[in-house]
Amino acid sequence: MEYYLSLFVRAVFIENMALVFFLGMCTFIAVSKKIETAIGLGIAVIVVQTITVPVNNLVYGFLLADGALAWAGFPEVDLSFLGYLSYIGLIAAMVQILEMFLDKYVPALYNSLGVFLPLITVNCAILGGSIFMVNRSYNFTESVVYGIGSGVGWAIAIVVLAGIREKLKYSDVPEGLRGLGITFITVGLMSLGFLSFGGISL
Amino acid sequence: MSNVKEILLNPIFNNNPIGLQILGICSALAVTTQMSVAAVMCIALTVVCAFSNFFISLIRARIPSSIRIIVQMTIIASLVIVVDQILGAVAYDISKQLTVFVGLIITNCIVMGRAEAFAMQNPPGLSFLDGLGNGLGYSAVLMSVAAIREFFGSGSLFGIQVMPLVTEGGWYTPMGLMLLAPSAFFIIGLLIWALRAWKKDQVEAPEYQIGQHTAMSHS
Repeated sequence: MEYYLSLFVRAVFIENMALVFFLGMCTFIAVSKKIETAIGLGIAVIVVQTITVPVNNLVYGFLLADGALAWAGFPEVDLSFLGYLSYIGLIAAMVQILEMFLDKYVPALYNSLGVFLPLITVNCAILGGSIFMVNRSYNFTESVVYGIGSGVGWAIAIVVLAGIREKLKYSDVPEGLRGLGITFITVGLMSLGFLSFGGISL
Repeated sequence: MSNVKEILLNPIFNNNPIGLQILGICSALAVTTQMSVAAVMCIALTVVCAFSNFFISLIRARIPSSIRIIVQMTIIASLVIVVDQILGAVAYDISKQLTVFVGLIITNCIVMGRAEAFAMQNPPGLSFLDGLGNGLGYSAVLMSVAAIREFFGSGSLFGIQVMPLVTEGGWYTPMGLMLLAPSAFFIIGLLIWALRAWKKDQVEAPEYQIGQHTAMSHS
């Protein structure tokens, strides 16, 4: 249990997807002007990440890895070069299914997530999560914990940034730095803050 | 001819994908601690971007618009797999250092963005140049960030020691911060500032105008 807790804390704070690995930056910068939208996107990322990382883990473990097809009678086959294609296809499909599911059964959440769901397909934090999971050879339970953790970390980062940007718009920023420039400097300072989690281990 | 030149060179300064369009930033930050690694990433992205534009443009008339994103994704992902396999075979060490970021070219918004915005409407030749131009625009930013980070962070350029380090009997104390994540954000922020100080038309409109001081207005 302690091991999983430590993995979770690492995924949320020490190896924060957005601030340490720079993943999902485009949406991170573009959709962080308002706290409400940031929360919506954050929740969507947590949900999709929690589903796709473990599912990709299963796909890799039972279909793609070297010798994984032994159960089907092909112990010699190594399909791991198809990895990227399968992960992104699976993510796109999952997002689509999630969208239809939410539309039918949880319309309130569907409406509040709105345009963000389809956007998530091209969010590199999602694909990055799956590739990291494969590179670090997590098992199924670890991949569930890692999926939740990395999603939560990303969500925290974007909500905090949106909070700062909402206040920041009232400040007098030098002309050329307005908008994109000052946002980068802010994110840099946040990233500096998150570095202080570096030494933590449970 | 001027059209060709414009398509190729515009994305480098006037319409830089990173500086103005906010596209493809993720990898721009992550792979810039060493110039050689950044250079390989630039080549990989430029190749993928140019060829994906080319192929998508070739079949643009045949792609049904309802599934175009999936078709584009598939083409891009296949190209990335090819690039990744070649890197693994030719430059194994560097491909290890790039870790997940070659794979993440798939979701790099520059590639998708150009496919969607340019290749779907233009002939293959021009699309190829557009992809090349945007790849170069990305490379320009990436290489400048990498140069700054490697120069101040470890006193070298392309792995060649320019400023001898204190630890090896020289005089330069490396700035450790330059090799850590936050410095990438600062440098990109400052680069954008420099670019916009030069090209005034890229300055963003203020979201909120600070009002005049009103204390005197009662009289």
